Amino acid sequence: MKSMQELSAIREKMKAEITLEGKTGCKRVVVGMATCGIAAGATPVLNAFVEGVKAAGLEDMISVKQTGCVGICQYEPVAEVYDGTTRTTYVKMDAEKAKRVVEEHLKGGNIVTEYTIGATEV
Amino acid sequence: MMQNKEIATALTDTEFYQIQKRVALKNCGVIDPENIDEYLAMDGYMALHKVLTEMTPDDVIQVMIDSGLRGRGGAGFPTGLKWKFAKGYEAPQKYVCCNADEGDPGAFMDRSVLEGDPHVVLEAMAIAGYAIGSSQGYIYVRAEYPIAVKRLQIALQQAREYGLFGENIYGTGFNFDIDIRLGAGAFVCGEETALMTSIEGNRGEPRPRPPFPAEKGLFQSPSILNNVETWANIPQIILNGPEWFASTGTEKSKGTKVFALGGKIRHTGLVEIPMGTPLRTVIEDIGGGIPNGKKFKAAQTGGPSGGCIPASHIDVQMDYEHLAEIGSIMGSGGLIVMDEDNCMVDIAKFFLKFTVDESCGKCTPCRIGTKRMLEILEKITAGNGTLEDIDRLEELAAYIKQNALCGLGQTAPNPVLSTVRFFREEYESHIVDRHCPAQVCKELFRYVVDPDKCIGCTQCLRNCPPFAISKTDYIAEGHKLPSVTIDQEKCIKCGACIEKCKFDAISKQ
Repeated sequence: MKSMQELSAIREKMKAEITLEGKTGCKRVVVGMATCGIAAGATPVLNAFVEGVKAAGLEDMISVKQTGCVGICQYEPVAEVYDGTTRTTYVKMDAEKAKRVVEEHLKGGNIVTEYTIGATEV
Repeated sequence: MMQNKEIATALTDTEFYQIQKRVALKNCGVIDPENIDEYLAMDGYMALHKVLTEMTPDDVIQVMIDSGLRGRGGAGFPTGLKWKFAKGYEAPQKYVCCNADEGDPGAFMDRSVLEGDPHVVLEAMAIAGYAIGSSQGYIYVRAEYPIAVKRLQIALQQAREYGLFGENIYGTGFNFDIDIRLGAGAFVCGEETALMTSIEGNRGEPRPRPPFPAEKGLFQSPSILNNVETWANIPQIILNGPEWFASTGTEKSKGTKVFALGGKIRHTGLVEIPMGTPLRTVIEDIGGGIPNGKKFKAAQTGGPSGGCIPASHIDVQMDYEHLAEIGSIMGSGGLIVMDEDNCMVDIAKFFLKFTVDESCGKCTPCRIGTKRMLEILEKITAGNGTLEDIDRLEELAAYIKQNALCGLGQTAPNPVLSTVRFFREEYESHIVDRHCPAQVCKELFRYVVDPDKCIGCTQCLRNCPPFAISKTDYIAEGHKLPSVTIDQEKCIKCGACIEKCKFDAISKQ
């Protein structure tokens, strides 16, 4: 049982984590893990991000979360990186691509353009 | 995917996304569905707090009525009115039910909401519980959605731990809890009375109405039932006000609608658009058009209860009234796009076969009527139909619509009626010319080999399951090996040969 104050505190804390407001240098990675995403192979992608971020020692700066479906079926598995106000949508991911995104985007700060939604034909 | 700058690196930059307006799907793909804290961060459970501390049950119902929200499950009944009726009946116990028995083949928005944002449904049900005076909710969800079920259970557990479900919620003295019931996947259990019968532990069969569930529903008590997508709109209506919600959409259809866009379309997916958006926008702009240079022929909405929108009506506004006008329905939001390779008689047969399988058998019009209609369609697609058969279909359809016990039967003839209405010439072609224009109906076309194009590689011959292909004596000019021929008696029209032929030598005629 939480009091209204406790709930408000959680709300404010999580809001900052999701919007990354006031958290310079922090990033948030979400991997689409609805039925559609999992069927397309999102589980190894999520694992690769979790392990990659851990190996780089960036757990405090970068959160990796599962999420539901963003509605783009044929682009699954989908992973999105939120970096400040910039949103990057990586599509048709696999574990290898995830590792490269960890290296170049999460660590290096450069978007891997060729894996993004606009560069991918279906 | 269409781009607005050189390369769209974010989903939000694509045309697919930009035309959409996400209300019900607001949190899907954004938050972690297994962490209540993330839902709280998106103003979760604030609507519940608002109704419990600032509003009377009548206020809540008035907001729902003013918002103009209508049921997203298919029939489009005004949600606020439904709640008002249920509130009006006195009873020791009332129930709030959630219809998550998404049975329409081709629709998956309810699953997406449950998997991506389960708390929104729970919160909305608690709001309804307060409004109608109920302390118990039930979610009826398909057992085929194991991840949705798991996330609902996790969400419920977390919400209970936070004291957002159970007794004395937010210290206001309001008690509410929810149980989850798994359905075995019968289409009829998406019908409200059958769903309630199933929750009670009985065989899922509909009951005659009246009495309506608002008076005697679950366990013979006043009950309301709303669809997952309807629930997903409610917390935002409470927080942002009915005017905010009603500012989107058309005069009689407010808000947005989620469609599961599938079939012959470049970008399949879940799209949420303001009510009244033209079908053309959905297909050409959001969906990116028909692939492989084919032409748009029709869009099917509403699944087995709906109808087809032909290309001539591509500018129809997608809302309850306009879809009903042309003999289709909004339904739960399945939107299947068809191109010139789809046979409309075959489509009607497909959906009717589905309802024949799924008819519960309780009432005669549905049990026997749909079966008779299916037999007529099978006769037509086999090339044995007569023109009187079309009249007979229409006559039977009218009878079933009038006399079936529940929504399943009353809407079952819709796919046939709408295809007869818009594609009568296709039915006539099957009957008079014994010809299937889309070359789908197996009895009405043949696979033939063009001996001058066939180089005699025998790829088709070796891949023909019934051994219907054999060599001939004919060697075309410039070729070294004899061409092949197909024995029409043995051919099962599986199409394996046409797939294997690299020389375009086999065609349908």
